[in-house]
Amino acid sequence: MQIDAIIIKEQDNVATALRDIQPHEEIMAGVGDEARPFVVQEFISYGHKFSVKDIALGENILKYGEVIGRATREIRAGTHAHIHNIESLRGRGDLETGESKNGI
Amino acid sequence: MEFNGYRRSNGTVGTRNYVGILSMVVCANEVVDTISRQVQRTASFMHQQGCCQTPVDIKRVNETLIGLGSNPNLASVLLVSLGCESTDLNDVAKAISRTGKRVETIVIQDVGGAARSIAEGVLLAQDMVQKASEMERVPCPVSELVLGLKCGSSDTTSGLAPNPALGITSDLLVQAGGTSILGEVTEFIGAEHLLAQHAKDPQIGLEIIALVKRTEERAKSVGADIRGGQPTGGNIKGGLTTIEEKSLGAIAKAGNAPIQAVYEYGVVPRVKGLVVMDSPGREPEILTGLAAAGCNVIAFTTGRGAPQGFSFVPVIKITGNRVTWDKLQDHMDVDVSAVMEGKESLPEAGKRIFREMLVVCSGRLTKAEISGYYKAMDIYTIGPVI
Repeated sequence: MQIDAIIIKEQDNVATALRDIQPHEEIMAGVGDEARPFVVQEFISYGHKFSVKDIALGENILKYGEVIGRATREIRAGTHAHIHNIESLRGRGDLETGESKNGI
Repeated sequence: MEFNGYRRSNGTVGTRNYVGILSMVVCANEVVDTISRQVQRTASFMHQQGCCQTPVDIKRVNETLIGLGSNPNLASVLLVSLGCESTDLNDVAKAISRTGKRVETIVIQDVGGAARSIAEGVLLAQDMVQKASEMERVPCPVSELVLGLKCGSSDTTSGLAPNPALGITSDLLVQAGGTSILGEVTEFIGAEHLLAQHAKDPQIGLEIIALVKRTEERAKSVGADIRGGQPTGGNIKGGLTTIEEKSLGAIAKAGNAPIQAVYEYGVVPRVKGLVVMDSPGREPEILTGLAAAGCNVIAFTTGRGAPQGFSFVPVIKITGNRVTWDKLQDHMDVDVSAVMEGKESLPEAGKRIFREMLVVCSGRLTKAEISGYYKAMDIYTIGPVI
């Protein structure tokens, strides 16, 4: 099965690109043994993530079926999901001192 | 299943047979380095510690040096001391001697400076190497292997191919009666609940959670977001967004075996099977900690291409990133990028790493050994330099 991106667990809201993906390209995203067609809205580098559904501000980001962080802004389906729109919930010494630049 | 190793007098098995030249303190590094360069088949260990530190850290440095000197990959050990450091030369020498191996010492301030110490050290080391060279490899069961698990310069391929493949390798070793050590506690943050489920009993699970809390509190104490430090700038370029995401990929290299025990940094496990050891993720400190804990082989997965090895423990580099495999041939040992491309299953890749590991343990050199890329090592300390 040829896939261009992988959704590791069914409940995940992000996928990982297995090659560079061009804007508006129709790709196949693997979920388990299944490959689903999906259109990516912007350029996604190999190894980077994109949202597979609309994600609201403050919503948890799920990969491996686990929480890997929280959306710091709305992430529309098919767009790049990375440090510009996801924050970590752990090791946040900045939140305790009020030094956070992007905390919500 | 067997490999060909060096059976030591205390029963442990080496996969290598070096004479170790170990520095007691940062100020003895120059002498250690020069002796080691002048005598073939020696392996040096230098570091930045050993003086002007709190007693907690001095104890840590002494114990780490004892662990390193006792590692079965060393046939004998030459300890080089300046003379005025806080570490305890006699204690370290005595403890390493208990393994049955020959231990020699040089004190630079007593011998009369670097030049005389180097001359004396070179002559001693030459004799030690000749004696060590009489040792022969003999068939040994794989249960004698103590495998260190490490990932570095990770990207999103790490959690998808090399780490889960290495997890299968580790499970195979544990099933065969061997030992696997998982460190890098920083990279448990966000995934500790899953590791705790692998603990052999609830108490070990609580110890894992407590260890992660201690590490996270230490990171938070500087008042900054851990991101940038963890994940690293390179991890972020590779697509990893948060420490939670990195951790969830990192713990896959521990496989599914039950976690038998939790140890402090550099402590030799008293049980077989999969164990956890406190350590940060950075190469110099964790590779040293694994060697001090008695690892006779280390498997190191990488996404973007981390080059570091260790001077007397073979470090096998495994990548799932095809670009890294093609570009960094002088650093990579095993390619599992076929897993990323759907052309090899994870169990197949895990078994292949296991076979490669036995070949390396029987004597085939790793890229890190061939290139000599293992000089920048250090000991993980906790307190301030004072």
